[in-house]
Amino acid sequence: MSADSLALVARKADRPRRRLRDGLGFGTLMLALALPLVPVAVWSISATWFFPDVVPTRFSTRSWEYVLSPDAKVIPAFLTSLTIALAVSVIAGLIGLSAGRALGLHSFRGKRIVYFLVLAPEIVPPLTVAMGNQVAFIKLGLADTILGVILVQLVPTIPYVTLVMSAVYSNYDLNYEDQARVLGASPLRAFFHVTLPAVFPGLVVAALFAFLIAWSEYIMTLLIGGGVVKTLPLLLFSFATSDLSIASALCLLCILPAIVILVLSSRYLSGGRANIGGFGRL
Amino acid sequence: MDALSSLGGNRPRLSPRARTWLLLSPALAVIVVLFLGGVFFGIIQSLNYLPLIGQYDLNLDAYAQMLADPAFGPSLILSVWIAFAATFLSAVLAIAASLFLRQTSVGRRLGTYLFQLNLAIPHIVGAVAMLLLLSQSGLISRLTHAVGLTPDTSSFPAIVNDRWGVAIIAEYVWKEVPFIGVVVLAALAGGTRDYEDLARTLGAGWRQRFRHVILPFIAPGVLSTSIIVFAFSFAAYEVPFLLGQPYPATLSVLAYLSYTNVDLNARSEAQAINVVIALIVIVLTVVYLRLSNRYVRTER
Repeated sequence: MSADSLALVARKADRPRRRLRDGLGFGTLMLALALPLVPVAVWSISATWFFPDVVPTRFSTRSWEYVLSPDAKVIPAFLTSLTIALAVSVIAGLIGLSAGRALGLHSFRGKRIVYFLVLAPEIVPPLTVAMGNQVAFIKLGLADTILGVILVQLVPTIPYVTLVMSAVYSNYDLNYEDQARVLGASPLRAFFHVTLPAVFPGLVVAALFAFLIAWSEYIMTLLIGGGVVKTLPLLLFSFATSDLSIASALCLLCILPAIVILVLSSRYLSGGRANIGGFGRL
Repeated sequence: MDALSSLGGNRPRLSPRARTWLLLSPALAVIVVLFLGGVFFGIIQSLNYLPLIGQYDLNLDAYAQMLADPAFGPSLILSVWIAFAATFLSAVLAIAASLFLRQTSVGRRLGTYLFQLNLAIPHIVGAVAMLLLLSQSGLISRLTHAVGLTPDTSSFPAIVNDRWGVAIIAEYVWKEVPFIGVVVLAALAGGTRDYEDLARTLGAGWRQRFRHVILPFIAPGVLSTSIIVFAFSFAAYEVPFLLGQPYPATLSVLAYLSYTNVDLNARSEAQAINVVIALIVIVLTVVYLRLSNRYVRTER
């Protein structure tokens, strides 16, 4: 009997105990990941929930009515957030696709410096970037505008998409594109019909995550938007210190795109692609 | 022949090098103008260059002011502690959770899914969740009261707005375990099993298999993600603002409060704190990379 099959026999023997242990471990992990969201969900539909009640004494739809009412500023904030995040993900997607191609496919002089420049914004805090830019943005008339917020959000998102796309491109065989060219396709045609479909899954994931970065961003929006550009996180922040029921409803509204995006991108994320590991080259 | 000649084209063509830089130019323009520009303006403002109030001479007054501020030392220590604790706990728990999840294909798939969902939740939502879960009148306190462990709110340990930043660290760990975990799970999917079985047949115990087979596979991913986690947790603003003490606050909160101070002179101090935050993160990243590169190289 080889050592391998011995190990197999040993593994089979303690299967019931293993199953119990696995079940317990999995349960703990699920609980740890999901538990913090339980009080948020319950608070959003509770009217009175004083200590020490484990379950609210009275439920109410007050906070959801407030959130969805046209008088409240929630719907405009949701739309502002959506506009900013969509614009950021499209612009960062296109610019990152282009820069990622250069970094992933070509070697050139100065490549190390370019890598360093692309990585630096991922390390230097957004607080530093936003505070430094504020005076210049005021002078250029970009402060307190949606355009200004979109511009400053490109700083963390473009490097991210660039890194992901350079990893995707470094696994791409340029010969496919050359073959299309030999067969008479124009450079653009070769790109759109051959290369783009090949790198598309990576691009979708990178752009969706850029969307989420912009969607969640708080401090840059606050500093550059000056409180005039009101996004959902800004609204949530003010309610977090005043009305926990409404804050909880806003929390759930903030998570909504996360769920939608997860469903949209799960097709591309399966198969163990480490798309967020573009940092491995540091 | 027709097809081949079209490769040459009629228009004057750019050299490959020029095309590479053309592809890079939009990204570099944004990084140079908005990122380097922002950092540059931050630095000169920290040197007291404030044209808004007619202040043009460069000096180090803001740094002296920052060091003289009694809040600076405690804030620095708190920020360093929070970032180190959050990064270390996140990395260890993410590796443990991934090693556990990969045992079954259901676990791997469901785990990846849950990780990704968690990853996509904004930090500010996590902060509110921790407030409702961990405060002295939070859900856990109510549960320990229900089973008779804590007679009232004050007998439950104060872990929100406390001096150790427990709730802040908890929020970061809750959010960053999935971030590191997704990368580790992906690295482990790349066929470590064959090597592990080989090591096992050669008599390697669990500890040896982890040290010499699994760790080299996951090290690059853990390394790069933990740098991001450290940089983020060292300088994030909204989580320590909501879950931390007013004094000492983290450096980021201190910087923001100085920046929004009615006294415009405090702005230079805010920028000085910002420069210090950025410098610490950069220096620690370089040191960490040096150390880990040495380790990863000897390992392979």
